[in-house]
Amino acid sequence: MSRWAVLGAGPLGGLAAVLLLLLWPGLPPTALAAPASAATPVAPPDSCTACHQNLTGRLGAPAAGMAGDMHARPELRCAGCHGGDPAKPSMEAHDRSAGFIGVPTRQQIPRTCARCHADPGFMRRFNPSLPSDQLARYLTSEHGERLQQGDRNVATCTGCHGVHPVRAVTDSRSPVFATNVPAMCARCHADASLMRPYGIPTTQYADYLASVHGQGLLRRGNRQAPACNDCHGNHGAAPPGVASVANVCAQCHSATRDLFVRSPHKAVFDALQMPECTACHATHRIAFPTDTMIGQQQGAVCTQCHAAGSPGLETAGRLRAQLEDVKGAMAAAEEVLRRAANLGMDVGDARLDLDEANTQLIRARAVIHAANPQELQTVTAQGVAAAGRARASGEAAIAEWSFRRRGLGISAVVIVFVAVLLWLKLREIERTPREGT
Amino acid sequence: MDLWGWFEERLRYRAAETFLEKKAVPVHRFSFTYYTGGITLFFFLLQVFTGLLLLMYYRPTSDAAYESVRLIVSKVQFGWLIRSIHAWSANLMVAAVIVHLAVTFFSRSYRRPRELTWVSGALLLALTLAFAFTGYLLPWNTLAYFATQVGTEIAGDVPVIGRALLVLFRGGEDITAATLSRFFGIHVAILPALATLLLGLHLVLVQIHGMSRPISVRADRSEPFYPHFVLRDFIVWVFLLGGVAALSTFAPWPLGEKADPLAPAPAGLRPEWYFLFMFQTLRMLPARILGLEGEQVGVVLFVVLGLILVFVPFLDRWAPRGRSHPLVTVIGVAVVLFVAVMTVLALRGGM
Repeated sequence: MSRWAVLGAGPLGGLAAVLLLLLWPGLPPTALAAPASAATPVAPPDSCTACHQNLTGRLGAPAAGMAGDMHARPELRCAGCHGGDPAKPSMEAHDRSAGFIGVPTRQQIPRTCARCHADPGFMRRFNPSLPSDQLARYLTSEHGERLQQGDRNVATCTGCHGVHPVRAVTDSRSPVFATNVPAMCARCHADASLMRPYGIPTTQYADYLASVHGQGLLRRGNRQAPACNDCHGNHGAAPPGVASVANVCAQCHSATRDLFVRSPHKAVFDALQMPECTACHATHRIAFPTDTMIGQQQGAVCTQCHAAGSPGLETAGRLRAQLEDVKGAMAAAEEVLRRAANLGMDVGDARLDLDEANTQLIRARAVIHAANPQELQTVTAQGVAAAGRARASGEAAIAEWSFRRRGLGISAVVIVFVAVLLWLKLREIERTPREGT
Repeated sequence: MDLWGWFEERLRYRAAETFLEKKAVPVHRFSFTYYTGGITLFFFLLQVFTGLLLLMYYRPTSDAAYESVRLIVSKVQFGWLIRSIHAWSANLMVAAVIVHLAVTFFSRSYRRPRELTWVSGALLLALTLAFAFTGYLLPWNTLAYFATQVGTEIAGDVPVIGRALLVLFRGGEDITAATLSRFFGIHVAILPALATLLLGLHLVLVQIHGMSRPISVRADRSEPFYPHFVLRDFIVWVFLLGGVAALSTFAPWPLGEKADPLAPAPAGLRPEWYFLFMFQTLRMLPARILGLEGEQVGVVLFVVLGLILVFVPFLDRWAPRGRSHPLVTVIGVAVVLFVAVMTVLALRGGM
């Protein structure tokens, strides 16, 4: 496989060529968009497609692929990026005086795309909400900086977005669709031979797949879960430094970040220049957080820094014990509610209390980041109280069930008694001779 | 003058008492069938009593209906019992009406001069089913919501006026809050008014003509309606009350989940057991029959069968002459078998 193919550019690097045309000084984007104001653009002669659609291999693929390309519109077409004059027949269309450039070089690609995409006025005609700072961000990215230094292995626009066809980010077939992003990045970043010159690991993709984020996005299809670009940036992709890791995580976990900032850990981590979140949660292989991470026992992350018997580890033990209090109260309530429900009793309101207890447990797990037992106590106490209410409701329901059965037993006695009285009365009447008989 | 004398002078109730004492109930091997009417009446009275109690807490809006029923079964003192009795008794009343109608049919009790007693009874069966259908939606739970959707769609299959009927029943194109308030109004005002009138007529006719002796019974033994038969009826009622209370205690009627109109219909959705035979028949009919839509043909067929049922006394030419013609019996048995088979097929998730 060629390097171009590895980077997703395809054998022709086609879109690169398309986009390069936009950068060609003699062809301003506004000129390309001239027919855009027309309500229904009339397709002018297109000798590019006419010829290339009859070709095979690398010369025919772009024409075939353009059918699904979001740029396949009359005002852009092949010449919009590659230049030339499609109105001329056959090879005459490759008219260098009309700006024909053929396949753009890798270094040319970003500015080719930016010819249109960095022009807010031009882009507004097609998609007013689309940002126009991709090139500026790209040039600050690790990829962009290396490209400017002459590195031809780094990702460019087409390496990620594909080419012939380039699909919308919202199109699930696009390589930059949310659930496709990790695999797209991994095409290069999991390639040990490609990454060797840079001295960076290639385990990120495997780690991500095993992480809570990867599981959420790729297994459960939860598009709220982050992919590579959500932490590293899209066009400005770069590894976050030690000082900014917490800011990256705080994009989503803002409340947790606030709690950590006011914890005793903050000053110590800063002094030791330790990354905040990843010190306990790891980087790409971020496991689903469990309560076993907290405490004094072996395997708890607290033991990574705090020595046995130290005040810090004792505090960790207290924090863990408070969580267990809520969980224990919830488990006891759950058992009672399960029994009541099995007896056919309505425990809907008690379930709401149990939900409230669970909410407090979730809050408590966040408040752990403040590493303050007193603060945690205010939350766990509410959780224990809510679970207690649920348990009391469940016990009341079970008592009510017993009451109903006793009531039914008493009713049955009364019913039989009344029936017997009626029967005796009937017997008495039947034995009494009727008048005139 | 004592108190009873004072009332007697004004109400003349002793005349009614004398009438009841003189009214005779035939005694024979099929006498037990006479209790089916009383059993139906008992369930009706139970429905009225428990329904009035439920009215005190029930709120007929899509936002509050489910919550109000939940309040009744979880917070209101003995609310769980009242609601469960109402639901169980509704089903038992439908069963009792069907059994009452069946024994009346097979004993040819509809023959002259009781034709109108039968007609009013058949119309009461229709009212009972209407009570059940409208009441089923009122808790506004998932099953009720989608079962009503299916049920009203069947009404929409009536040729020509189907769409108008569907909109009339639903109070719009879909099952909404308007449907709920409409069903509530029908359930607690219109149907009770009609049922009271028809039931009053039915009972008056029963008292005027008395119990019918089956054609095959030649013996002329009898017993007084009051107090003999009435006391036996009461004994049955007392046991029925205990039975319904036991059912409600051991198997409280479930409340289900609150209806979510945006949620997909639950799998295996089907109507209540008394509509299953119609549901299954319509499902099994081919898509096109004689160029018409299969379901439309089915609905028309059921409407015609319903009309035939109402006019049975006028169609059976043999019964007025004291003959139990086998053809009538065969038709009756065929209908019973058809309903039973279709119901079983529907319960088993048949084709």
